[in-house]
Amino acid sequence: MHMHLYEKWWLTLGTGALILFLIILGVSAFHQGHKPPSAKAYIDPERVDATAPFDQPGLKEVSGKDWDYELVIVASAFHYEPAEFTVPKGSKVKIMATTKDVIHGFEVAGTNINMMLEPGYISEYVTTLDQTGEFLIVCNEYCGAGHHTMKSMLKVVD
Amino acid sequence: MTDTRGRSLSLAHLYVAYTALALGGLAGLLQVLVRSGGLTLPAGIGYYQILTVHGVLLGLILTTFFIIGFLHASIIRTAGPYSNRSIALGWLGFWIMLTGTLMSATMILLNEATVLYTFYAPLQAHWLFYLGLTLVIVGSWLSGGAMISAYRHWRKEHPGQTSPLLTFMAIITIVLWIIATLGVAGTVLFQLLPWSLGIVERVDVLTSRTLFWYFGHPLVYFWLLPAYMAWYAVIPKVIGGRVFSDSLARLSFLLFLLFSIPVGFHHQLVEPGIDAFWKYLQVVLTFMVVIPSLMTAFSLFATFEIRGRELGAKGLFGWIRKLPWRDSRFMVPFIGMLAFIPAGAGGLINASNQMNQVVHNTIWVTGHFHLTLATTVVLTFFGISYWLIPHLTGRVLTKEMNRLAIIQAIVWTVGMGIMSLSMHAAGLLGAPRRSSFSTYGDAPQALGWIPYQAAQAIGGTILFIGIILVLYIVVNLAFFAPKGSEAFPVAESGSAQTPKALEDWRIWLTILTALILIAYSVPFIDMIQQAPPASKGYRLW
Repeated sequence: MHMHLYEKWWLTLGTGALILFLIILGVSAFHQGHKPPSAKAYIDPERVDATAPFDQPGLKEVSGKDWDYELVIVASAFHYEPAEFTVPKGSKVKIMATTKDVIHGFEVAGTNINMMLEPGYISEYVTTLDQTGEFLIVCNEYCGAGHHTMKSMLKVVD
Repeated sequence: MTDTRGRSLSLAHLYVAYTALALGGLAGLLQVLVRSGGLTLPAGIGYYQILTVHGVLLGLILTTFFIIGFLHASIIRTAGPYSNRSIALGWLGFWIMLTGTLMSATMILLNEATVLYTFYAPLQAHWLFYLGLTLVIVGSWLSGGAMISAYRHWRKEHPGQTSPLLTFMAIITIVLWIIATLGVAGTVLFQLLPWSLGIVERVDVLTSRTLFWYFGHPLVYFWLLPAYMAWYAVIPKVIGGRVFSDSLARLSFLLFLLFSIPVGFHHQLVEPGIDAFWKYLQVVLTFMVVIPSLMTAFSLFATFEIRGRELGAKGLFGWIRKLPWRDSRFMVPFIGMLAFIPAGAGGLINASNQMNQVVHNTIWVTGHFHLTLATTVVLTFFGISYWLIPHLTGRVLTKEMNRLAIIQAIVWTVGMGIMSLSMHAAGLLGAPRRSSFSTYGDAPQALGWIPYQAAQAIGGTILFIGIILVLYIVVNLAFFAPKGSEAFPVAESGSAQTPKALEDWRIWLTILTALILIAYSVPFIDMIQQAPPASKGYRLW
């Protein structure tokens, strides 16, 4: 199959850039641990209120773990529990969230915290909150007529 | 084409497509107005109901009908008139698709199916909605049968020859569609229909989403490949040139087929229940489409440059001035090609393993596919219509309509530029997609999104003017333009040196099957074995 010389250069350069890009993504994910939230943890969606830790949503300080706080979130149409919470600046937080009914989103606007909540699954994400401020949490996956009213607030304080 | 039966078959599809554009476009206008906070819908009509209308009519109905109509016409033009069998299958497919469309549309209008076109189980729509969409897909398979039968017939009649380029591309497009729709057919037939009918009580959400996105990503390439057909094989003729390389054109289509299907996890990057390794593998496979995309970009601009130089262009970029900028058949799709540069760059961000977290389900994504589907693809479809519709109706594209078509494309570009840019910007600030107007209790961040939503409404209103213009042109070309003969332009492709292996389906379908099995087997088995209790249905609208 004949290929123009410039096209060979173009494809070599393009494919080389692509490979480099994918290597960077891969190293970032598997060496530095920047993976998208991919927890494989399960829950009975109809027994969320009776299952620890989701029976007590909110922020808890923990010791002896890789993180300082655990933030437990329960979503249902059309609100999050708790509706607001405060975290000290600089703390490493493990967010654990699930839904009692349909699919919801969990997006902390202005940060990289962004995940889907699906019935039967627990979504987890570990992050360090090093910027003070009030961050709006919105549902970014359509969940019904009140979807756009579903919110919570994360306050990061000194 | 003297084949009047083939003409009416193609035309029927195009008429449905443009009807869908009219109604879906109106729904789009209402949407941007509501979301800007400027309009409240009357009579209890919900924002999400309108959103479902917009998504289903434009994302599924407009595209599928237009594409099938165009593929029929392309095969008939390059491989000869359809046999009786193909014509009959084609019409049967058309009527089944239309019946399904009307069933689903009725349920959406009755507010029984406000689940958006991505279904979102465990939100549960009326079973007639799911059955209607099933019929759309089954009908499209029959149309595919008509095309494949015509292709096989051609190969039998021309042993040892390379098939016509446009026919080959049409067949790749429909094969991609058939293999991709197996996923959505699987979730609808085995999960959503029995569940909405009450035969089973519960639905497994993650497998349903996985089957949907197995289809949902290649769907994007099903939209794009017909546009590429026009770019590769029609536009060169319009500008008076030739296909740059027949074999590279075919190879790029084969690569799109291989690398668009086993990559649905990049729509599910932030979901629980799927191991990070399998997500990353599909990210890598997703990015392989960069290679045929680069090949396409090179081929197109090489064709343009060669033609420009034939016309006496001097200097490095002199050829640009020699291109037929006043010909809507060239100019309109060309704007689409340019839009694909930022659109493709945005796509790289969306599909990236970690960057996806910044933009996932924000309105950035909506901005992205309004550049890909609603600009690149749709403008190319408009450009195709400007010669295809008069070609099929036995009329001509007049000077006035040609000029109006260029004005239309400029209106579209301005409207989409404003709307899409403000969507991208608001998305980076965190504004969610698929949400009605909300200030979230006057949260400062949410208030910062409102000006962008107002800009979206301005862009959307300009786009609606663009829709009115294109409908005017289409109706004119279909019913009122002067009688005459408009060519279906097909460029010389010089297939003599094309390697035979490019048309050996055993090779390509085997590789494709292997890729799908590698990318999906383990995680899918895992999803079934480790499944949590499944979900009952909810109706929350």
